[in-house]
Amino acid sequence: MLNVFSLTSGLLFGFGLAVSSMINPAKIVGFLDITGNWDPSLAFVMGGAVFVTALTFRLILKRPKPIFTDIFELPSKVSLDGKLITGAAIFGIGWAMSGLCPGPAISSIGFLDEKLLIFVCTLLIGSFIGKKWR
Amino acid sequence: MENFTPLSATIGGVLIGLAATMLLLTQGRIAGISNIVGGLLETNEDDRLWRILFIVGLIVGSSTYVFFGENTSNININPFQLNDKNHMFFMILGGLLVGFGSQIGSGCTSGHGVCGLGRFSMRSLTATITFMVTAGITVFVVRSLTGA
Repeated sequence: MLNVFSLTSGLLFGFGLAVSSMINPAKIVGFLDITGNWDPSLAFVMGGAVFVTALTFRLILKRPKPIFTDIFELPSKVSLDGKLITGAAIFGIGWAMSGLCPGPAISSIGFLDEKLLIFVCTLLIGSFIGKKWR
Repeated sequence: MENFTPLSATIGGVLIGLAATMLLLTQGRIAGISNIVGGLLETNEDDRLWRILFIVGLIVGSSTYVFFGENTSNININPFQLNDKNHMFFMILGGLLVGFGSQIGSGCTSGHGVCGLGRFSMRSLTATITFMVTAGITVFVVRSLTGA
């Protein structure tokens, strides 16, 4: 049963990314281009998503445990540190250069576009190096 | 703002929020894509199956919409209108920076931007503001250099 929900959650997530055109790098760059032809769509995607999670997460985390597993595996760190800020800053530069973040990039594997696949490969290499570094 | 699509953006956002809700409710996991992918790169990871299934769903969900959807012809993977060589360079370097940065910074747009903000996490709010700022500056600089 758990497996069905893992798959369904991924399906919903990927479908949502496509519906909202977040798989289109031009939409990402359009949002970041505030001095140019600004496209605020991304703020509505995040707004819609956070509206839901802010409501549901609060209720879910009042439960003693998830439905099918024993614990909530939440990030344990609460304090700010240099790695968080440096990592986020580096992430932002790459995100803007490509118009792609991990969700939309992985979601686009099915399109079999050469450059998108190269991006996914370098994303994995960068992630591997980042994990070792951290 | 002629490319602004508030309705489809909000509907898609709500679907993403529901996906994150389902994952937390059923198995107590945060739907952060960089974490889900990153966990697969660890050799001692014994919880690979849910990660693989989620990623398969991600690919199938997006491909299904694009296959049956209507407004897909406007996907543009080269928004800066770079020549082929420069675009390849941007994709290679962009991928490395996104991968490296999301692992060092413990999250990406989904983990920090959607789930972290939903938990009212200070770390996620800080990360989200930070990557929005550096991304905005990067687009400004690239636009200035390319004149596009």
